[in-house]
Amino acid sequence: MSAPRTRTIGDTLLTVDRISLSFGGVKALTDVSFDIAKGEVRAIIGPNGAGKSSMLNCINGFYHPQQGSITYKSVKRSQMRPHEAAAQGIARTFQNIALFKGMSTLDNIMTGRNLRMKTGILAQALHFGPARAEEIEHRLAVERIIEFLEIEHIRKTPVGRLPYGLQKRVELGRALAAEPELLLLDEPMAGMNIEEKQDMCRFILDVNDEFGTTICLIEHDMGVVMDISDRVVVLDYGKKIGDGVPDEIKRNQTVIDAYLGVSH
Amino acid sequence: MAFFLEVLIGGLLTGVLYSLVALGFVLIFKASGVFNFAQGAMVLMAGLALVQLFEPTYIGLWHFVGVGALSAAVVGLLVLRTVRGGTFAAAKGDWRIHLPKIVAVGAGLLGGVLALAGGAKGWPLWLAIPAAIAVMVAVAWVVERWVLRPLVNQEGIILFMATLGVTFFIDGFSQTLFGSNVYPLNIGLSKDPMFLLEGVFEGGILVNKLDISGGVIAGVLVAGLAVFFQKTRIGRALRAVADDHAAAQSVGIPLNWIWFIVWSVAGVVALVAAIVWGSKLGIQFSLTFLALKALPVLILGGFTSVPGAIVGGLLIGAGEKVAEVYFPVVTKFLTGTAMPGGVEYWFAYVLALLFLLFRPQGLFGERIIERV
Ligand SMILES: Nc1ncnc2c1ncn2[C@@H]1O[C@H](COP(=O)(O)OP(=O)(O)OP(=O)(O)O)[C@@H](O)[C@H]1O
Ligand SMILES: [Mg+2]
Repeated sequence: MSAPRTRTIGDTLLTVDRISLSFGGVKALTDVSFDIAKGEVRAIIGPNGAGKSSMLNCINGFYHPQQGSITYKSVKRSQMRPHEAAAQGIARTFQNIALFKGMSTLDNIMTGRNLRMKTGILAQALHFGPARAEEIEHRLAVERIIEFLEIEHIRKTPVGRLPYGLQKRVELGRALAAEPELLLLDEPMAGMNIEEKQDMCRFILDVNDEFGTTICLIEHDMGVVMDISDRVVVLDYGKKIGDGVPDEIKRNQTVIDAYLGVSH
Repeated sequence: MAFFLEVLIGGLLTGVLYSLVALGFVLIFKASGVFNFAQGAMVLMAGLALVQLFEPTYIGLWHFVGVGALSAAVVGLLVLRTVRGGTFAAAKGDWRIHLPKIVAVGAGLLGGVLALAGGAKGWPLWLAIPAAIAVMVAVAWVVERWVLRPLVNQEGIILFMATLGVTFFIDGFSQTLFGSNVYPLNIGLSKDPMFLLEGVFEGGILVNKLDISGGVIAGVLVAGLAVFFQKTRIGRALRAVADDHAAAQSVGIPLNWIWFIVWSVAGVVALVAAIVWGSKLGIQFSLTFLALKALPVLILGGFTSVPGAIVGGLLIGAGEKVAEVYFPVVTKFLTGTAMPGGVEYWFAYVLALLFLLFRPQGLFGERIIERV
């Protein structure tokens, strides 16, 4: 069990209001509402194909729900593209790792600083003073993340050559480099062994504790979910079938049925 | 031996041009997965714009006013973006949302008026070259906004068809705008012959100074691009987009902006190719066929490899010249009668076919492994 943690969970950061999303005939999400509070760890669970990833994709602007609305930091969003969501402080990782395979760990994480860099294209083309100073400053921030995630030894390795578990860690590093307010993690521990999972849990909780970053994660490992999350949303066939603190969810009969009904 | 070297050097310098055009292809292909058939047409357009702005024989006052306005608007927007940073997101209703429009219109008016005052005289090179670049930037903007963006997520073949359309449009429209004759481009590069290595060979080897300066210009461009892509944030963003679209967007890189940048850079590369080629043979419609020679270069070099485009271009340029010159000699030796030349027209394509058969990933491409 996790040690008692001292954090403040604040007001609502993001509200998803009755969104529906379909692809042709396939209904990925139907009339789903929930909210995420500032500073909490919010989990989304559900059987395969339940619409969990689609939910994250709506939040960061990859998908645009046909109905419903998303309110972020008290502003109702109009249709937003992913880079705009990123500019508003939403960072994420992907279910199927999406790293820049040809680049080193360092460069990958550095891309996460993209939005924090301000010098314009001309200054960069000439590569003069301010642009260089900025590069150094961001390099330091990246080094701190590398240290935090304990991946100093692979700093220069092209990520395509890293084992799966480490790739996931680098991807987390890239998301952290943006210093996001809301961090979306799509199955951050999938395919990991127990030890790697424990490390990942520790990183997630540390990020949440130390930087107050709000986290919304999708995870299949129930032990992990119940352990680290403050509240859980359960989706099944694109509909919300449960929402509450882990203890409530564990006792929710609809949820139990949904999980027994599918084979894993 | 001296003669062989002369042939080789001549060939290498033709190769430089192939490399430049192939480079434009590679940049766009890497960033957007679009096979940009219009690269050759862009060389033509850049060349025509430059030569006419520099020594007008076809265009008139209103062309200057138009290009002046356009260039000033482009420069204004660039300055705005530099000052404000790329990620400024104004809230709805904030007047600053309209800042780009205000700057573009204001700078455009100013540029137009200045050009009007200047009259229909040719511009000095320091003005004509940036203006030609501005024209290419405008092309990039139009292509991104009205072709690529609406067709995003379509099949590769559809995008390819779209670039075919763009090719013919640019070909035709640039001739409507800037004339369709052969225009000699004389920007002050010496055309005198010179002798190299006189100490090594008797009489030395004869080369044209123009070829040398062309090689140097291309080399400087390539080095500049290498620094830009390796060392800057935009360069890193571009490599990120080339690797993974979704991930790039998730860290806040706008795909459309990157596409606009690479098309602009491809436009600049096209302008350099036009300068090098046009100084030698004049700016003319046949420039657009350079695109056809870039195809075998890409097959040799690999579609996504910048060094591949450069080496491939040089190999094909040198190879076809050497083959052209020595084919009759070799056939005479083998069969007793010298077969006439004409090898240079098909050499590149046969070489490309051989590559397709034996090394389809090209010289530098990664090995293609089919995953089942
Ligand atoms: N881009 C898309 N195009 C078409 N259908 C899609 C797309 N994305 C998701 N879907 C469909 O939407 C439904 C929900 O998919 P989603 O990936 O959100 O599920 P998930 O809960 O993340 O599942 P898993 O646990 O397997 O990751 C599925 O039926 C899927 O096929
Ligand atoms: Mg999923």
